[in-house]
Amino acid sequence: MKRSFFSLAVLGVVMAFLYGPVLLIFAYGFVPNGASMSFFGADGRFLGFSGKWYSLIFGGHHSVAPLMQSFWLSLRIAGLATVVSCVIGTTAALALHRFKSRLQSVHYALVYTPLVMPDILIGISLLMLFVACGVDCGFWTILVAHVTFCVSYVTMTLLARLQDFDDRLIESAYDLGAGPWYTFFKVELPLLLPGIVAGGLLAFTLSIDDVVITSFVNGAGTNTFPTFVSSMTKHSRNLPAVFALSTLMLCFTCALVGVSKALSRNPQNSKRKSK
Amino acid sequence: MADFLEFQGVTKRFGKTIAVNHASFGVKKGEFFSLLGPSGCGKTTLLRMLAGFERPDEGRICLDGKDITDLPPNKRSVNTVFQNYALFPHLSVFDNIAFGLKVAGRPKDEIESEVEKMLRLVQMEDRADHFPNQISGGQKQRVAIARALVNRPRVLLLDEPLAALDLKLRQRMLLELDLIHDEVGITFLYVTHDQGEAMSLSDRIAVMHAGVCEQIARPAEVYEAPKTSFVASFIGDTNFFDGVVSACPEPNYCRLSIGGFAEVLCYNDKQKAVGDRVNLSVRPEKFRISVDPPAGAAPRLNVLRAKVEDIIYSGNHTNYWVSVGERRVAIYQQHLAYLLDEKPIRWGDEVWLSWHADNGYMLDDSAPVDESLLPPKIPQNAAAAGEAK
Repeated sequence: MKRSFFSLAVLGVVMAFLYGPVLLIFAYGFVPNGASMSFFGADGRFLGFSGKWYSLIFGGHHSVAPLMQSFWLSLRIAGLATVVSCVIGTTAALALHRFKSRLQSVHYALVYTPLVMPDILIGISLLMLFVACGVDCGFWTILVAHVTFCVSYVTMTLLARLQDFDDRLIESAYDLGAGPWYTFFKVELPLLLPGIVAGGLLAFTLSIDDVVITSFVNGAGTNTFPTFVSSMTKHSRNLPAVFALSTLMLCFTCALVGVSKALSRNPQNSKRKSK
Repeated sequence: MADFLEFQGVTKRFGKTIAVNHASFGVKKGEFFSLLGPSGCGKTTLLRMLAGFERPDEGRICLDGKDITDLPPNKRSVNTVFQNYALFPHLSVFDNIAFGLKVAGRPKDEIESEVEKMLRLVQMEDRADHFPNQISGGQKQRVAIARALVNRPRVLLLDEPLAALDLKLRQRMLLELDLIHDEVGITFLYVTHDQGEAMSLSDRIAVMHAGVCEQIARPAEVYEAPKTSFVASFIGDTNFFDGVVSACPEPNYCRLSIGGFAEVLCYNDKQKAVGDRVNLSVRPEKFRISVDPPAGAAPRLNVLRAKVEDIIYSGNHTNYWVSVGERRVAIYQQHLAYLLDEKPIRWGDEVWLSWHADNGYMLDDSAPVDESLLPPKIPQNAAAAGEAK
């Protein structure tokens, strides 16, 4: 195959734009000076790499305590939002797929709306709802807000999967004597699991980096990782700790994707001993 | 005594269309019973009602004296072999077959021995670990049969089980199905649009058309004594002659005058009187054509002059189309006389057409036959015959 200089150049530019910033974050997680954000001293001397931000994080130093707090909060919310939206989204997708009613298109639209609605609108409307209901904003309001938009993504992902699902498998399970629950857990769930996992992953990533909606419904003093980071970028000496934590998060996410890929690999392709 | 499996006035509507219209018939225990008909005739709906996937609008379905009409599919002791097998793709062959037994909560060692037995029956012992996408169509078919049979159903339902297989495999599976039926002795209810499958496997056939069971009889009876013109045309090929009874020269025989054709003698089993309209069906293989007039005047032989219009050589037989008056008649003739120096029949020849009065069969209805339902007049191996010329 002929390799032209042009296509290589395009590739280089695209890669630089996509992954350059990530590499920068990775690099600045090792920056020695948090105030100047530079690898070089005032005299222009190279100061080398520093692992102190990582040790701050792992050592639980008090200066990064709020950051770590927001990080754990984000993980908790994202985890919970993923589980809840997977359950709701799966049932919603199954219902939408199975029962063809005249209101189907309306139902689809309702599920689809949060995907196309601007975040700022969702954020404001949710805030108004919480205020109107007299709910104190905090952990639970953030969770509810995240679930509302995550459900749509899970449902849409799974609906796409269900298009390929052979409904006769369900009939054949009934035919063999299985009840609805047995059929769901032994036939539908195993076959739909890759779709549910894919939807759940999407939900998790969306939840863990949401800033706009969260910033409306988080209330005073409750900060998720993204809102905390966005508020501290301007005036923090500990910014490299954010980079370090971001790098860790990136590694974690990559591992998660890898694991889910391994889990959702088509079981038919891997030979397995049946006994 | 009531039959083992009974349909009593079963009716099913989908919107305005009537899929099944008052189906009433019984199936005996251990019988191989086929529902035969073109697509959309309601045969699959009937099967799905028996399996429990559809609920009849009217009528009852009774199995072994018990009314099962309103039972859900998982509470019926019938099992289905689905058209495209519907094997569970995430389970191995072994686990697919074991599914029903696991649902029933049988002990592990029993499940294992039962599944092994089934694997032996369908000759799939060496494929137990494979997944459905690793085995061929014929093997999937066998697994689907084993998966249904392992539950020892009272009735095994087969929904066009061979439709997805190629011809050679279909013929082999046909034999295997027959053997399996003999071996297990379970009642089989077989749905197909393929008359060949139904004829070769069934003890009895129900021929369905537009939601109605037109005839329920043994294969030979369905072929030789069709009840309606639909049955006559759907099962095999036939020639129809609309005519009027003009005379009854002797008991059980009458003369028919057929417009644009000739006066012919016909066996009158239905005791038609002079003036009655009848529809005569004569199968193409019942005719005989020859260049010389048929030797020896056999009694009650219809002999006519005809002109050969088309000849298609098909190896084991030849199809001729001849014209008599304004009518075209299809004839299948085997080459029995090929070595006997009989004069060959050529395109355009004037020939003698003969058939015995007993070989015509009178039908009551003279309803016009829907051409789209007729099997193609040109046999499958016509192309091969063309090359041979």
